Amino acid sequence: MKQVEITLNVNGRDRKVAVLPRMTLVDCLRDILRLTGTHVGCEHGICGACSVFLDGEPIRSCLMFAVQAEGHRVTTVEGLLKDDGSLSDLQDSFWECHALQCGYCTPGMLVASQALLDEIPDPTEDDIREAISGNLCRCTGYQQIVEAVQMTAKRRREGAAHG
Amino acid sequence: MKAAAFDYVRASSVDEICRLLADAGDQERKIIAGGQTLVPLMAMRMARPDMLIDINDVTDLTGIDDRGDHIAIGSGTRQRALERSDIISQRLPLLAKAVRNVGHQQTRNRGTIGGSIVHGDPSAELPLAALALEAKIVLRDLSGETEIPLDGFFEAAMVTNIEPQQLLTEIRIPVWQNGATGTGFHETASRQGDFAIVAAAAQIEISETGIIARAAISAGGVAPSPVKLRAVEEALVGASADGIAAALGYIDEAIDPDTDVHATADYRRRVVRELVSRAIGDAVAEASR
Repeated sequence: MKQVEITLNVNGRDRKVAVLPRMTLVDCLRDILRLTGTHVGCEHGICGACSVFLDGEPIRSCLMFAVQAEGHRVTTVEGLLKDDGSLSDLQDSFWECHALQCGYCTPGMLVASQALLDEIPDPTEDDIREAISGNLCRCTGYQQIVEAVQMTAKRRREGAAHG
Repeated sequence: MKAAAFDYVRASSVDEICRLLADAGDQERKIIAGGQTLVPLMAMRMARPDMLIDINDVTDLTGIDDRGDHIAIGSGTRQRALERSDIISQRLPLLAKAVRNVGHQQTRNRGTIGGSIVHGDPSAELPLAALALEAKIVLRDLSGETEIPLDGFFEAAMVTNIEPQQLLTEIRIPVWQNGATGTGFHETASRQGDFAIVAAAAQIEISETGIIARAAISAGGVAPSPVKLRAVEEALVGASADGIAAALGYIDEAIDPDTDVHATADYRRRVVRELVSRAIGDAVAEASR
C-alpha cells in the first residue's frame, strides 16, 4: 500500500501531507500535523473526543480517513482561538464554569457546543443536551458544560444588545 | 482499533463505480460514503475490504426530488440534509421524525440514507420508516438498474440482498396523497442518539367519518431485521380509535426478538407493544386535527 499525497485546509492554512489510505483524519491531524488539541478516544465513533469541523459542520474525525479530506476545510479546537491567540468566549466560559476536569472530552465538547451556537444562538437546555449527546464526559456530569454554553449564549446576547 | 490496509479510489461517476465493482475479481471492494457504519466495522476488523471506492464526489447520487407520488432520495444524501429538507418535513413527515433519532449531529453530518439502508442494522431508524411506507430501492450495476421493494431486502442482522457488483443509487418513498394523514415515531435507547433498543413507526390516514382508512406500521429491534406489521395494519383499517388495542394483539406473532446485552427478548416484546401503541396514538391524533 503506498502513500497518497493530499492537500487539505486546516485552520485556514493549506497543508500538504502524504498519508496511507488507512490513516484516519484524527491521526493525520495529531501525528503528522502535530495539532494535538483534537483528542482521540475510542477510535470507532462513540466518544466524540475527536470532533472537528469539516467544511463548517461538526464530524467525528476518527470516522473519516484523511485521504477523504483532500480538498476540504478542517477546523480543529486550535482554530477556535481568537486571532490574537486568546481563548474564545466559549472557551472562557468553559474555564469559568469549571466545565472540564481531566480535559479529555473538552475539544469535542467545544466543537459540538460551537456548532450548536452557530446554528441556534439562543439554545434551550434541551438543545444543549441534544447537541452534546454524542460526546462522553466522565468527570463533570455534564451540568457545568451545559452552564458554560448557556453563559456564552447569554453573554453574546448581552454583547449584541450593548453593541 | 486501526483499519487494515486498503487501496483507495475516489470515484467521479456512477459508471466508474460500477466498473470498479465489476472488476473486483477476488478482491473485496466496498463503497464508502459517510463511513459512519463502515469505518467502525473496519476499525474493529469486522470488515477488511481490499479497496474502498469513495462516492462522495458523485453528485448524481445526492439530492431529494419530489416526483409527485413519491420522493426520490439519492443514496448518498446525508442524514443532515434529510433533517433540514422542507420536502422531507412536508411530504415525508414520518421520515423527518425518524431522522431526528439517528445518531448525533457529528454522525448525521456524514452518514447517508443509503448507508443506513444497505448495512441493514436491525435497529436503524431510517430503514424502519422507509419500510413502513413501502419504499422501493434502485440497485445499479454495469448491466443497468433494477427497482426492488425494500421489503425483502433485509436478509438478517447486518446482511442485505445486494450483490457485490451492485450499487444502491436511489430510495423511492411513496407519498400519501389523500385525506388527513398523521405520523408517529417512538423509540427507547440507552441515551439520546444511541441505536434504538426497540423502535416503532406509524403513519395513519383517517377518513372524514373518523375511521382509519390506511395504516403503515413497522417495528425495529424485535427481529434480525426491521418488521412491517402487516397484520396490525390490516386490523387497523376500518377501525375507529377504539379498535387500536385489538390490533396490537397481532404484533406478537410478527416478531422474533432476541436477548442481547441491551435487553431481554421478553422486555422487547413488552416494550414494542407500548411503542407501537404510542406511535399509532400520535398518528391518529395528528390525522384527526
